[in-house]
Amino acid sequence: MLRTYDYPKYEYRQPPELSGGGTRKHPVVVVGAGPVGLTAAIDLAQTGVSVVVLDDDDTVSVGSRGVCYAKRTLEILDRIGVGDACVARGVSWNVGRTFFRGAEVYEFKLLSQPDHKRPGMINLQQYYLEEYQVRRALQLANLDLRFRNKVTATAPRDDGVALEVETPDGRYTLQADWLIVADGARSSIRRMLNLEVEGKVFTDRFLIADVLMKADYPTERWFWFDPPFHPGQSVLLHRQADNVWRIDFQLGWQADPETERKPENVLPRIQAMLGADRKFELEWVSVYTFQCRRMAKFRHGRVLFAGDAAHQVSPFGARGANSGIQDADNLCWKLKLVMDGLAPDALLDTYDEERSFAADENILNSTRSTDFITPKSRTSTILRNAVLGLARDHGFARTLVNSGRLSVPSFLTESRLNTPDVAAFGCDLVPGAPMDDAPVEEEGKHGWLLDRVGNRFMALVFVDDPGAVGPAEARAMVALAEAPVPVEAALVSPRGGAGPQGLRVWRDSAGRYAERYDARAGTTYLIRPDQHVAARWRAFDAQSVRAALARAIGNSE
Amino acid sequence: MTLKLQPNFHEPGKRYVRAFTPGDDFYEALIETHRGLDDEQSAMVNARLILLLANHVGDIAVLREAMRIARAGV
Ligand SMILES: Cc1cc2nc3c(=O)[nH]c(=O)nc-3n(C[C@H](O)[C@H](O)[C@H](O)COP(=O)(O)OP(=O)(O)OC[C@H]3O[C@@H](n4cnc5c(N)ncnc54)[C@H](O)[C@@H]3O)c2cc1C
Repeated sequence: MLRTYDYPKYEYRQPPELSGGGTRKHPVVVVGAGPVGLTAAIDLAQTGVSVVVLDDDDTVSVGSRGVCYAKRTLEILDRIGVGDACVARGVSWNVGRTFFRGAEVYEFKLLSQPDHKRPGMINLQQYYLEEYQVRRALQLANLDLRFRNKVTATAPRDDGVALEVETPDGRYTLQADWLIVADGARSSIRRMLNLEVEGKVFTDRFLIADVLMKADYPTERWFWFDPPFHPGQSVLLHRQADNVWRIDFQLGWQADPETERKPENVLPRIQAMLGADRKFELEWVSVYTFQCRRMAKFRHGRVLFAGDAAHQVSPFGARGANSGIQDADNLCWKLKLVMDGLAPDALLDTYDEERSFAADENILNSTRSTDFITPKSRTSTILRNAVLGLARDHGFARTLVNSGRLSVPSFLTESRLNTPDVAAFGCDLVPGAPMDDAPVEEEGKHGWLLDRVGNRFMALVFVDDPGAVGPAEARAMVALAEAPVPVEAALVSPRGGAGPQGLRVWRDSAGRYAERYDARAGTTYLIRPDQHVAARWRAFDAQSVRAALARAIGNSE
Repeated sequence: MTLKLQPNFHEPGKRYVRAFTPGDDFYEALIETHRGLDDEQSAMVNARLILLLANHVGDIAVLREAMRIARAGV
């Protein structure tokens, strides 16, 4: 029980299989109602797929876990209908300060680019995120969320997967065409299938404390290397919702977790850090070790692994839930196309390829951060301290200070779903890149680009004047929506006004689209349902769009 | 030439979308260079590295400036 949060207790209901409903085969079953499983389930259900979610528990994430949710995650949460709730409850921050021994070395500002709907990062306790996701899931009639349903056996076959499920009313068998495994770092399904997860475990321990403080502390991220109140180690302080502060103390490998967790040892540490006269109360303490590792493959036939079950990182950089939510985002549209018979089965192999690529990037970045924060040898420590010593005065050393490279989405540049550029562009939105946001106006109403794309393929065609688009060209654009996998075309233009019938017009109201997409008259972007760029050209050509679409759904040679 | 003190890491043929990447690439390579060495061996590697880089820079005025800054904060 926390002072600031009451854990919801969700109702267990007898599953139809046990109340005489028989065993029908379900199109998709998701194991795990954490942030990743819930994202996948909601995303699929919203596009019309019936989903069953099984979770062995009946509440949300307990204790100190995820805190920082990145801009890209918020954009995905917007698509599944929980972005506003998270942002309203969460704490936005954009200043980080780094200290070395007694003194401040430098401060950084997070993405302070103007004209994005979402901030670079918000801080929010993981239980709130999950609570909002559960609330959203319960609104969807084709999403069957089953609490206290624990999977105890898994039998994959060529045409589906059979699961044994344990409930308070006994066991039953569940058949699924497809299984999404999001059952967390200690994935029991992974173990049942004898699949390995490879990588390194860091030989260090961290004390993670959540502290309630009615404080006038600023809403900033503070990171200490070797501070006077905790010599030789590192400390991180972060603000969350409800005046709860997250504090991470590096303890070293020798520390005994049981001893360190005891209030009589925890309280003096925190008091020394905050100063003798500051009042605070403990919400939660735990001791963690961290690892950076992943499964060799995320896809095993009809079993698809996502989130912590597939890969784990140390929390410096907040890449855990953030990257898992992006797994779900990458997977769901592909699975839906394959289930509908509109794309070849091999499209799902690109889920593994693209998200393994992203996982490697996350593991690389979080390993580098961990190595900087907890140097493994005397020489590494000296080099690290040399960097910190130079950082106060010299820009080059500041960029080397690594207290966590905060989660940013991967540029899927190596993906075989991309159509390579044939023309020159002066911006970073290469095929495979996640889209950049921009303000757009539609029919006189202000809105955001990223709220208007996603869940389907789109072709965005930049034009000087929507009224001047010729009828033949307009017909070619509109016709893209008539294919089995439709592409909705829209015009983006510095001028508003009406376009040809059947085409939406988005006014580039602040000129950011032209700037960020290096767009001029004719510039066309093909956008995937997960808001990544599939292809781009300097002129609209329906034939090229169709070819790029075929490639983006795995249909090219 | 004057001593460069702003970020300057890069690698031919590589394109970076994140500003921190080239510096992190370098730092990882530096730490890797020392992997498995004892303190004395590491000190020797660092010394050799300084000599190699100093010769590469060549301009003794620049090197004097670097030596001054390196020494000043210690
Ligand atoms: C101290 C700390 C700080 C962190 N900070 C951040 C951060 O700032 N940002 C960030 O993005 N991430 C952070 N993370 C990581 C984040 O918590 C995880 O990445 C995230 O919870 C993974 O989500 P998931 O849905 O994959 O798995 P989980 O959240 O672990 O969910 C798995 C679910 O599956 C259920 N389950 C397990 N086995 C079965 C079974 N056999 N049958 C049925 N159900 C089952 C479990 O009950 C659970 O509900 C942090 C983690 C820690 C420990």
